[in-house]
This record gives sequence, structure tokens and C-alpha cells, in this order.
Amino acid sequence: MKRHDIKVLLMRAPGTNCDLEALRAFRDMGVQAELVQSQKVFKTKNLDDYNIIFFPGGFSYGDYVRSGAIWAKEMEYRIGKELKAFVEEGKPVIGVCNGFQVLVETGFLPGFKGKSIEPEAALGNSTHGYQCRWIRMKKVNKGSCQMLNSVEEGTILQTPVAHGEGRFILPPDKLEQHLKKLYDNDQMVFRYCREDGSPASGEWPINPNGALDDIAGICNPEGNVLGLMPHPERAYYGHLMPTWTSTGLNKYGDGYPFFDSVIKFTEKKF
Amino acid sequence: MNFKAFVYVTLKQGYSDPEGETTSDALKGLGYNVSSVRSSKAYEVIFEAADRKKATSLVDEMCRRLLTNPTKDDYRVEISEL
Repeated sequence: MKRHDIKVLLMRAPGTNCDLEALRAFRDMGVQAELVQSQKVFKTKNLDDYNIIFFPGGFSYGDYVRSGAIWAKEMEYRIGKELKAFVEEGKPVIGVCNGFQVLVETGFLPGFKGKSIEPEAALGNSTHGYQCRWIRMKKVNKGSCQMLNSVEEGTILQTPVAHGEGRFILPPDKLEQHLKKLYDNDQMVFRYCREDGSPASGEWPINPNGALDDIAGICNPEGNVLGLMPHPERAYYGHLMPTWTSTGLNKYGDGYPFFDSVIKFTEKKF
Repeated sequence: MNFKAFVYVTLKQGYSDPEGETTSDALKGLGYNVSSVRSSKAYEVIFEAADRKKATSLVDEMCRRLLTNPTKDDYRVEISEL
């Protein structure tokens, strides 16, 4: 499909943030992007009108109960069927930060056998409390997450994180088998790393939240649902990067290849 | 019939609990001989159900659907009739 025909739905709830940054990034890409209150989507249920769904970050419903839990369960109740159909069509669904928490709470991620009824993972409270800092993440996905295939494996992206609950954890009684599945299914997408690309190995603040195996982002086994804690939209333009003045005043930053790849994939596939 | 349920949500053993650890340090700083603190959440839910059995199963459903994430949380419920 032509780039200008691609329609992106950015959903927001009370407490969402970085939605305008993501909207601006998508529009800069030359696609049609709309920011819509989830309550409106619950009424229209028109997910079919879109090619990509993006859940931005923030603190939906004040992070009450657990981060992302209320928004996730509300969404499941009101548009669960439509969202599941959207995912099953292979269309890209992306959740950043709170969006990632929502995708875990709805059971779409890790989604070992499709959408699970109860969450199969959690994004727990960070070991060092609320973290707002620049981190590096390395793309480790070998190709299952097709929407990011224009970003080469091994690429290091520097982006900010800003969360209190972002520590990726798996159930203790299934930890090893689930972790193995994440690797075997090529569901690992981003891991926190050092400047030279070596793993953070849990060391704070390189791994900012104590996430299991330095996990910053994962996808479902089919690769079309992607969740990550770091914010690529906050690093879309060069002037947002901490190294802007020392690296040649580039127009675009490390978040650009992320959005570029998602749009290139959608152009080709649909 | 009206029921009141207290739902206590705790982190499963084995997960680090930064809130509990910080609180433990603070209590030690105040001179208390504290060996550990685990943080938890409590909800008081008032609701209607046909009988006690139904009330128990409804609260259990609420816990599974929203109040806990079984990956990391344990929960305990105390129900009383109002």
C-alpha cells in the first residue's frame, strides 16, 4: 500500500503521555495518524479502519491497581474481540512503556499460544524506584518481528526510559521454560546494553529496572505485537538526543529507524 | 445480600520488593529491630451476591480479572456479610 494511505490509530486514556511525540513521528513519516480517546474507540469499535495500532506511554488511570491494568481490562471488555481480530490479521500493534504494560496485561504479550486469558508475564516495580534516564538497547531479534527488519540485528539505539514499573518478570514456577520459549520463538526484540553493545547483565543503571535477562522489549511469536519500555518517539529527532551537538546536529535521532522500519514494513506487507 | 470483602494482594516470595526494602531500612533507621518488610495492597470491596458461595466466587473472579497479576501476586480474601 502507498505510504500516505497507511492509517495509524494512537489510543489514549486519562494519564497517557508521549502520545503527541508519537503522533508527530508518524506524521513526519508521511502516514495518516490519528490520536483518539479510547472511550471513543469503545463506541465506534472501528479498528478495521486502521493498519497500525500504537499504545503510547504514560500512567493510564493513575497506574492504580497496577500499571496498565485498568486500561487493559477495560479494553479487553469493550473491544477485546476487535483487538484480537486485528492482531490475528497480522497487523502491527505496538505498545511503548505503559502501552507495553497494557499488552502484557491483556495477554497479547508474550502470547505464547495466542492471547492468554491471564497475563503470562508482568512488568513489576523497578529495583531502583522510578527511573527517568537515557539507556541503550540492542536489537537482538533475528527476524520474527518483521516490522523491525529494517533495523539490523545488533543495532544499538539510545532512547529514554521513564517508568516506575518496567521490570520484566516471568512467573517463578515457569521462569526457565518461559524464558527458553522467548529465545526459541525469537520473541526477544530489545535488551538493555552497554555502550559497546555488551549485555547490561542486570547492572543498574545500564539495566534501569532490574528486568529479567535485560529485557527491554519483546514481541509475540507471530512478531506483529511488539512491546518495549524505552521511548523511541522521544528520540525521534536529532535535537532530542543528548549527543546532538557533538555528533553533527543530525535531523533525526535513534528513534527514527524504529518508526521508519515499521512504516516500510506496512507499505510492503499490506 | 450485601457483602464486604477485604482483598490483600502481596508480591510472591522471591520477587524483590523495593518499597518493602526501603521501608525496612527506614524502620531500622528509627531504631527498630526489623528483619524485613514486605509491602502489600488491600482493597475493601462492597458488593451484592445471592449467597456466600456466589460472593466468594465473584471476589475470586475480580482478583483474577483485575486486582492481581498471577505472575507476581498472591492474594487472600476475607468476606463478611453486611
